[in-house]
Amino acid sequence: MPSHPVLLPPRHYLNDGFGVKSWLLTRDHKRIALLYLAAVTVFFFIGGAFAVLIRLELATPAGDLVTDDTYNKLFTMHGVMLVFFFLIPGIPAVLGNFLVPLMIGAKDLAFPKINLASWYIFVIGGTFTMYAVVTGGLDTGWTFYTPFSTMSSTSAVVPAAIGIFITGFSSILTGLNFIVTIHRMRAPGLTWFRLPLFIWSHYAASLIMVLGTPVVAVTIVLVAADRIFSFGIFDPNRGGDPVLFQHLFWFYSHPAVYIMILPAMGVISELVAAFCRKQIFGYTFVAFASLGIAVLGFLVWGHHMFVAGQSVYAALIFSFLSFLVAIPSAVKVFNWTATMYKGSISWDTPMLYAIGFIGLFTVGGLTGLFLAAVGLDVHVTDTYFIVAHFHYIMVGGTIMAYLGGLHYWWPKISGRMYNELAAKVGAVIIFFGFNLTFFPQFILGYLGMPRRYHAYPPEFQVLNVLSSAGASILGVGYLIPMVYLAWSLRYGKIVGANPWGAVGLEWTTTSPPPTENFAEAPVVTWDAYDYPTQVEGHVV
Amino acid sequence: MWSGTPLFPVSASTMAPRVDALYFFLVGLTAFFSLLIGSLIVYYAVRFRRRAPDAIGARIEGGAVLEITWTVVPLVIVMGIFVWGASVFFAMSRPPDDALNVYVVGKQWMWKFQHLSGVREINELHVPVGRPVKLVMTSEDVIHDVFVPGFRVKADVIPGRYTQIWFEPTRTGRYHLFCAEYCGTRHSGMVGEVIVMEPDEFQAWVAGGRAEGSLASEGAKLFRDLACNTCHRPVAQGRGPVLEGLFGRTVTLEGGGTAVVDEAYIREAIVDPGARVAQGFRPVMPTYQGIVTEDGLLQLIEYVKSLRDEDRR
Amino acid sequence: MSDTTAEAGRRPRPALAHHFDDLAQQKDAATLGMWVFLATEVLFFGGLFAAYSVYRGWYPEAFGAASHSLDITLGAVNTAVLITSSLTMALAVHAAETGERRLLVLFLVATMALGAVFLGIKAVEYAAKFAEHHVPGPSFHFEEEALSRNAQIFFSLYFVMTGLHALHMVIGLGIMTWMLVWAWNGTITKEYASPIEISGLYWHFVDIVWIFLFPLLYLIGRHA
Repeated sequence: MPSHPVLLPPRHYLNDGFGVKSWLLTRDHKRIALLYLAAVTVFFFIGGAFAVLIRLELATPAGDLVTDDTYNKLFTMHGVMLVFFFLIPGIPAVLGNFLVPLMIGAKDLAFPKINLASWYIFVIGGTFTMYAVVTGGLDTGWTFYTPFSTMSSTSAVVPAAIGIFITGFSSILTGLNFIVTIHRMRAPGLTWFRLPLFIWSHYAASLIMVLGTPVVAVTIVLVAADRIFSFGIFDPNRGGDPVLFQHLFWFYSHPAVYIMILPAMGVISELVAAFCRKQIFGYTFVAFASLGIAVLGFLVWGHHMFVAGQSVYAALIFSFLSFLVAIPSAVKVFNWTATMYKGSISWDTPMLYAIGFIGLFTVGGLTGLFLAAVGLDVHVTDTYFIVAHFHYIMVGGTIMAYLGGLHYWWPKISGRMYNELAAKVGAVIIFFGFNLTFFPQFILGYLGMPRRYHAYPPEFQVLNVLSSAGASILGVGYLIPMVYLAWSLRYGKIVGANPWGAVGLEWTTTSPPPTENFAEAPVVTWDAYDYPTQVEGHVV
Repeated sequence: MWSGTPLFPVSASTMAPRVDALYFFLVGLTAFFSLLIGSLIVYYAVRFRRRAPDAIGARIEGGAVLEITWTVVPLVIVMGIFVWGASVFFAMSRPPDDALNVYVVGKQWMWKFQHLSGVREINELHVPVGRPVKLVMTSEDVIHDVFVPGFRVKADVIPGRYTQIWFEPTRTGRYHLFCAEYCGTRHSGMVGEVIVMEPDEFQAWVAGGRAEGSLASEGAKLFRDLACNTCHRPVAQGRGPVLEGLFGRTVTLEGGGTAVVDEAYIREAIVDPGARVAQGFRPVMPTYQGIVTEDGLLQLIEYVKSLRDEDRR
Repeated sequence: MSDTTAEAGRRPRPALAHHFDDLAQQKDAATLGMWVFLATEVLFFGGLFAAYSVYRGWYPEAFGAASHSLDITLGAVNTAVLITSSLTMALAVHAAETGERRLLVLFLVATMALGAVFLGIKAVEYAAKFAEHHVPGPSFHFEEEALSRNAQIFFSLYFVMTGLHALHMVIGLGIMTWMLVWAWNGTITKEYASPIEISGLYWHFVDIVWIFLFPLLYLIGRHA
């Protein structure tokens, strides 16, 4: 450790131009990542506020806090905000945007103008959707099932649908940018099998963004056509099939789950390697597991429709394929665990999030087997069991990884370190709040409490109160990082280029990096996570 | 505090123990692997904690044997669960032939039940214990879903289609019936009860119901009121096909192809007569969409089912 | 020919964006980007083709009858117009690659003119459909009563599919206008022809979509 104080580099991307214009017209992927960070944080807290109101309402069996219509809008907007405006863009557009060029030794993404455009598209889409929220709200559920959404709902379906349609293009363009960048902009010597696993998982997620999103976009067009022009493509009175909508919707929205979780898995691979100071066990298996998940993810959409009048044989095929997609996820969990064996494991905050992720993702993944088993899915689908399951994946998985990644790369992003004690306390509160919120929901689901219920039979109350109590703890937990991260921006200790002693190209440049990322274009001659050759230290 | 709080639902149908067995197996499996992974990561995190600031991990790249093991073992396990889950589902999707038929129509936000005896109920369904019951269901507006947790059965109720579930109650009592597919404002109010009775009590209940006549006889009345009998006559000279003995047969269609005459085909033939016309007939029948209610359609279907070959003249 | 090259020589070399190593890498990236975007487009129209296939499988009679009501002559003329525009587009790309600026401008104008003719014919067809009350919705009317219910589904898909295709044509015309400006002011040179090549990829793709739409919408059930 140097004895003299560490200073920020004289020139870096944050002081390369000041003022609103230098941000809103920037083409620097790092600044665009921060624009995304601001936007998704706003949407995260809006979506979270809806969740708080939902849990408050459910503290008592009677529907007494808000009216039934209001409640329906609350859970719809909770889902829409957090799925389309936080979980899908969260890790790729913030961490991916910041890190993909840095990790592959590029000066920027392949198309910087398109990158900026996709942020504007995202914000415009979000604005449309917020417009729908304030003018009448949306009460279709985030799934927009027909014919309710096309023929029955009186809420602002069209503005919300347009908002999601627009936002989809932001996702497509981000994925396109990543794919081209990873193919064409890697530093000399950085072969595919030397890439960090973060890049592999972003590549896999980008494939889904590019190939899945257009299908939901055109499905939204059909819904809008039915609603605006009364076309009747999904109208059963004219021979239209409302279930066809579900096929088209889930063809995207199931793979979309992997848009949310694959980048999270990439973050966890980085965290586990960095805080064990060790290569990822079975690197190639983890890399190909990402691609395997992306490909299989396109073939399992029908498992959302086991009780929707599907033929028995279709159900069996989708069930079979859904079990197969569990395997690459399991392989990843086993490899992360094996990586920890004989590591040099630090207990820094990002590692706490990584450990939390592995545990919660394991529970979330295994409870997915309940839902893939078609005979059991019949009972638990559309109940709180499924709500608990996907929150274990989305909140316990994706948000844990997002926060872990944000803490790990925070010194790179800001040049400063947050308060470690506050961060540890926050991580532990989030972990316990999360489990208290969502574990009781598994039991509620098997008992038969349906999802999207404003009022429920009194015997379910105790478990609901536990869940609501957990939600209040979780809500406080999410506010804590806001405070100390903001505080660190001004008062945090200045760190050098590589505060964690981690390997990876992003740690070879200054913190914060210069606008062009590297003073000298890097040449790579080593494998990913090659600790013995890349850092000085002794092997345990 | 916990006295009124169940942690596990009642098992009140023949299907429930089969679903529960799979559930308990998976709970065990989840607990085993979660504890295995959880304790390993905590143990490693403590055992291999960083003891010096510059310490790095051992050089281990991976091992093919381990990778193959933890790919193949889970694969075998999940294939076992797949077969198990599939066999339960097969049983769920094959109603016994002697099942008691009940017709269900969902609408925002209520359930309507019609027994073959002609008894109708709303948001309550009375059934006898120990006898398989088959529900044939459709919706008047949006998608709903019949869910009886005590029986472990559930199926969407879809406008324009018939879906079905079956169950055989094993104990008397009152069981929740929920709408499990979000359907708008009063979705959480679209709830009811299934009341399982001893067979003799059930007979008494049916006898006490104010049924005007059996479902088939109501269908017959509707058939006459709509003047269907001017074209569909029991003799072969009618403008429409002879309906006697038609149900369950396979008919050849105009323009090729065949269709099995089931509930869905009869429904389509009434609301969308031009879609699949039987061979030898012209598409002259007007649509009855909006003229016959979903309840009425079910009565007509039950009437057509009741027409036997012997009734032909 | 000679004056074109001389003029190109006077202009500054096309700007290499700061984050690329060389023009080859920049061109590679841009081309790959367009191919990835076209993959997105395939899935975009793929969703519509999936819906079309399902409904046509269910209602072959109604689809056949509704398809008969479309004007096959106008459809065939439009197909010819688009195929010709693909040819002029390919010639424009060739002209750009060989640095023949006047030919490039000429072929771009020809491509745009053909695109405009296509949209004009499409507008005539739409107007006829409105007049015949073949637009789905409350005022829909179809001559064969018995098939009217499901014919609406056909026309819904017809309008969505051809409408989205026409929207792609309009966007294509916008891109071509932009390319025309670049061709005119000499931004496009023999060394920097990739914008024309990439726009060409898009134009050909939109044509290919029509090559699928034409038989599916106009020609089904003609054998009967």
